[in-house]
Amino acid sequence: MALLLDRPVQHAFRVSPVGTLVTVGALAVAIVVSLTQGAAGLAPAGVVRSLVDALPGVALDSGLSPVEEAVLWQIRLPRTCLAALVGAALSVAGAGYQGVFRNPLADPYLLGISAGAGLGAVLAMGFGLDLAWGPVGAVPAAAFVGATLAVAGSALVARGSFASPATLLLSGVAIAAFFSAMQTYLLQRLSYTRAREVLSWLFGKLATDGWGPVLLLAPYVLVGVAVLALHARHLDVLRLGDDEARALGLDPVRVRVVVVVAATLVTAAAVSVSGLIAFVGLVVPHVVRLVASHSYRAVVPLSALAGAAFLALVDVGARTAVAPAELPVGVITAFVGAPFFAFVLWRGRAGQL
Amino acid sequence: MISIRDLGVHRGRREVLRGVTVDVAPGEWLGLVGPNGSGKSTLLGAVAGLVPHTGSVRTGSARTGRRRPGATDLALMPQRPAWPEGMTVAEYVLLGRTPHLGWLVRESPHDRRLVAEVLDRLDLARWGGRPVGELSGGEAQRVAIARALAQQAPVLLLDEPTSALDLGMQAAVLDLVQQLRRCDGLSVVAAMHDLGTAARHADRLLLLSAGEVAALGPPQEVLRDDLLSQVYDADLRVHHVDGEPVVLAAPNPRQELR
Repeated sequence: MALLLDRPVQHAFRVSPVGTLVTVGALAVAIVVSLTQGAAGLAPAGVVRSLVDALPGVALDSGLSPVEEAVLWQIRLPRTCLAALVGAALSVAGAGYQGVFRNPLADPYLLGISAGAGLGAVLAMGFGLDLAWGPVGAVPAAAFVGATLAVAGSALVARGSFASPATLLLSGVAIAAFFSAMQTYLLQRLSYTRAREVLSWLFGKLATDGWGPVLLLAPYVLVGVAVLALHARHLDVLRLGDDEARALGLDPVRVRVVVVVAATLVTAAAVSVSGLIAFVGLVVPHVVRLVASHSYRAVVPLSALAGAAFLALVDVGARTAVAPAELPVGVITAFVGAPFFAFVLWRGRAGQL
Repeated sequence: MISIRDLGVHRGRREVLRGVTVDVAPGEWLGLVGPNGSGKSTLLGAVAGLVPHTGSVRTGSARTGRRRPGATDLALMPQRPAWPEGMTVAEYVLLGRTPHLGWLVRESPHDRRLVAEVLDRLDLARWGGRPVGELSGGEAQRVAIARALAQQAPVLLLDEPTSALDLGMQAAVLDLVQQLRRCDGLSVVAAMHDLGTAARHADRLLLLSAGEVAALGPPQEVLRDDLLSQVYDADLRVHHVDGEPVVLAAPNPRQELR
């Protein structure tokens, strides 16, 4: 009996094994679907065998032709990994912003952070702005600077009033509008072909012709997710509000700085390889909260997994919906995300926010 | 023990607290009373380190070294606690262990065991899995007390702990705090609205008037007709019912004429 009553204490802030299994399973399914669907259909069994064959110490005949092998390893797999990494990045960043701003509607796109990163990237790609620093390339560096300016701008305009969800979002709208206007102006100044190129990237694009972007993005995402996962406990304390957190000996400013820097870094890295993809950071953590737990110790890791699965699937849609042409992924995420955002707002009206 | 020396707080140019000096002994219950806006909550916030202030707040003895009390020395129960959506009672109480954890350290089995004990002791174990948002006023207050206990701080700061409760609940919650104080030797500093209730539970009362100490001493010395009438700017009378003080406004002369 005593053991039974202790269960809530033992389960407190723990990620449920079921939730983990479901999200890992969803990610595995999404990856296989993404690898097999596309211009050239690949047999799922062959794909799985080829993947297993690649494990060290395992030899297995995949039954795929050399061309199919090349499609799998040089086109599909990098693209799938890219989609998964970008999805994970935007989702954990969204969860992080929601935690530090105590705002269920915070999202890299809605706070203007993506727009800031986009402006930086446009300057780097179209105008040769070079902020390269050590091993960090020009585009990610410029994207990070732009994203940092945007998040600082949003927070400053809201004057630190994180209590009301509306203030921060409205200042995000202002910041996003400002950065978008600058982007549009800059695009006008570019030659037609160059502008088209930059524009198609801005709409959110996961096309890649190799492993380059994946290797560029992976370290940022891994470090960012690790930092955010380590600070999930602090985000749970912050749910009590700044005063109660401080009364419990936690410095909210320190948590905010660490988490915002990590989330912004991850967002900027994702934007610099994939352009602006809206609403992923809003939708994914929300769904995780609805089905799993409100604790950030569950929301952060599960959002990373679920976000990876979500964007990998969205990318399948982007590739196949209007084949042989391709839809920008950003279009599909906005198509799914905007009604979801409206739903969350509507539900918040009923006092659930 | 907490020693407060010459504490002052400014809000903008306005001085909301001035020259407050008081010691809280181990196991003592100090009641903070005074009209609205006299600085009770501000004083608690300053002691807890949430409000910038002048003067000093110290804990520890000459032997152990005197220092600014932190979250392991003081547990604050705010007037309106936040009840995060989807957080269970067990999770909420577990947050009370935060001051004992290093920056990147998680709760140990010891922390969880301690929380289970606290829940058991306050008869909350059955509710461990309930979302805190669904609790009634009295239940929520017990859960907030449980979190403060899990914090294992020797001093409890209560800001109007019973303002949202009906009379029966008020008595139950205050009796619980009283009982915990006796068992664990906790000190209690409680800001309270009702003078009679404050006097019944406190060893000493600190009467604040516009940010200054108007009186400090045992309840019977502080609850005096002339002093209270002056501080509250109304004609107040102290009555005794069953040996307990009750403060009421003097009968209105116009009503008597009717």
